[in-house]
Amino acid sequence: MQRLNRKIFVSTLSVVALLTVAGCHKKQAAPPPPPPPTVTAPTPTAEITVTPNTINAGDSAVLTWKTTGANDVSIEGMGQVATSGTQNVKPTESTSYHLVARGDGGSTDATARITVNAAPPATNNLNENNVDDATFHQNVKDVFYDYDSYDITGDGQSTIQQDAAFLKAHPQLKVVIGGYCDERGSTEYNLALGENRANAAKQALVNAGVDASQLRTVSYGKEKQFCTEHNESCWQQNRRAQFSVDR
Amino acid sequence: MSKVLRTSRQVKSKLFSIRFFIALLLFSLAGSGISHAQDWVKTGTNLGVQRIRLAAASFKPTTTDPQTDPLKTVFDNTFYNDLSNAGIFDMVSKSMAPPLMPGSPQEINLSQWSAAPSNAEMVAFGALGVSSGRITVFGWLFDAKNAQSPQILGKQYTDNATADSARMIAHRFADEIISRLGGGINGIAETKIYYVSGRVGNKEISVMDYDGQGAREITHLGTISLSPRISPDNSRLAFASLGRRGWSIRMYSMDLGRMVAFNSPGGTTLSPAWSSDGAKLAFSSDKSGDPEIYTSDASGGNMRRITAFRGPDVSPVWNPKTNSQIAWVSGRTGLPQIYIMDSDGANVQRLTDGGYATSPSWSPNGQFLAFAWDRKYGPGAPGGQDIYVMDIASHRWVQLTHDAGRNDFPSWSPDGRHIVFQRESNGHSDLWTMLADGTQQQALTHNGSSSMPNWSWK
Repeated sequence: MQRLNRKIFVSTLSVVALLTVAGCHKKQAAPPPPPPPTVTAPTPTAEITVTPNTINAGDSAVLTWKTTGANDVSIEGMGQVATSGTQNVKPTESTSYHLVARGDGGSTDATARITVNAAPPATNNLNENNVDDATFHQNVKDVFYDYDSYDITGDGQSTIQQDAAFLKAHPQLKVVIGGYCDERGSTEYNLALGENRANAAKQALVNAGVDASQLRTVSYGKEKQFCTEHNESCWQQNRRAQFSVDR
Repeated sequence: MSKVLRTSRQVKSKLFSIRFFIALLLFSLAGSGISHAQDWVKTGTNLGVQRIRLAAASFKPTTTDPQTDPLKTVFDNTFYNDLSNAGIFDMVSKSMAPPLMPGSPQEINLSQWSAAPSNAEMVAFGALGVSSGRITVFGWLFDAKNAQSPQILGKQYTDNATADSARMIAHRFADEIISRLGGGINGIAETKIYYVSGRVGNKEISVMDYDGQGAREITHLGTISLSPRISPDNSRLAFASLGRRGWSIRMYSMDLGRMVAFNSPGGTTLSPAWSSDGAKLAFSSDKSGDPEIYTSDASGGNMRRITAFRGPDVSPVWNPKTNSQIAWVSGRTGLPQIYIMDSDGANVQRLTDGGYATSPSWSPNGQFLAFAWDRKYGPGAPGGQDIYVMDIASHRWVQLTHDAGRNDFPSWSPDGRHIVFQRESNGHSDLWTMLADGTQQQALTHNGSSSMPNWSWK
């Protein structure tokens, strides 16, 4: 019991410290003047929101709450919190954040619900800013090139537009663009050509509005073949710019 | 002594006069067709046309130490192969040579060697002994047609009694003979070949003797390392390596046996090349957002961009004779072609007229480029990738490999008489050598996972 209290105390302290450092809502955070001992005190009000209210597993969301007339505010699962505040949360499953605000005028509660889309099995450890690989590859498709060319084709252009839309919606996402070539041709030249392919894809994404600082390029030439058969359909699969999350 | 000198001078002047005659002949035949192409390559690559008929006797064992026989076998085989590989001798085959082991000048009867069927003009012979863990070799080279004063060379070598020492002694004595009979050009028996070992995904840099013996891995980086280039003084090895941030040029000190600093620019940086004075490097970097050719000093400082054209620019190589020109590969017009320019980027000149041309290597005398060329490259085209040599002044070229796998990354030996290259077939890649006229092709490796050879400068 004592340990639990200490835990609550420490977490409260850290939230307070966070708020102080963040400098948010200092006025509201200030202790209210001692209320007159009267039964006519107003009923507390409480609001809580989570943004966005749907995320993928591994993503984070921002929880924001605001109360008035309360001197004891707690959120289920988080313990006692400041009367108003914001906090990053990273739930691994769909969660209801239940806030209870108690004051002299009684108590009020509010709830915010976040839906977490299940993570596919066997994802890597994801840090806060990352999208899992399956989601990433669903939304960001590879770009394929013609034989011995690094020009973006018509098909490639529409792929780039879709890729760019996703990347712009996730501006914190860092992406590696790998340039690949088919098995024919010479090793050194293919590495340079692969670099041109990766750069062409990068430039097309930047032209479509993606921040260049999200993107970096690596050429793999023909050193890491995706498809190892010796025919045109396989070669076509290898002539590509492949996008992956930069971890 | 003066007689010995006169003998070797006679040999030299004989070779030179042959070469001069061939040059005149070619001049008069210029433009009359490709059937003479092999001759101009031979002449330009110091191979000559008339080869000296040379016999290498089995060396005489002079001790009973149990190591004598195995070391003698190593020595005899290495010595014969070195002379045979040299490209300037018509070797008397072992079955044609007299079954004799003259161990000293007193024991040789030259008429037995100069007579049919061996018909030798020159004879190399000697003695090999092992005692107290040391191997001692006495070697002589005699002119079989000069009964009065036949000796051209007499040498003695001593080293620890190991197979490596026996091979090294054979290399050194062979190189003495090659230098003496080959117009003063140093032999290559003591040179090394640096190359990439390993398969897709994990490639390290390795080195072996010029004949494929004594292979060992140099780097242990656990990534993909490519394009090894040894410095002209054999002290530093530059190569390209894939790290977490992409490709950079890295430097290994052969003297210190470890990696040393090289200031590789950011971005994909590939294909280093040493100038022949060891003072500069050229390489490809996409620092600017597009792969271009740069030069720098040997530590990567004073970088200077010398090409500015959209598209891949890669695989530079200096003219080792002057260091004032660079040949490289550019995809600025589509498929890669071979170009040359001044080392400051001026006077760009395209050398190949189509197909898919890569991997230039500049001959030591500055006259030729060897490169890989698929003249009918394209989807569905049945072109083969072969090694070609082009005379830079005339743009005349000759094809050296035919109908055998995919050939790439030629690299000249320092004597200009040999080319090592990579041959891929059925998914296996091995190193091969040949004379610079395309003859005497032989595999140096048989493991199926060796590529990108680079012949040392000495």
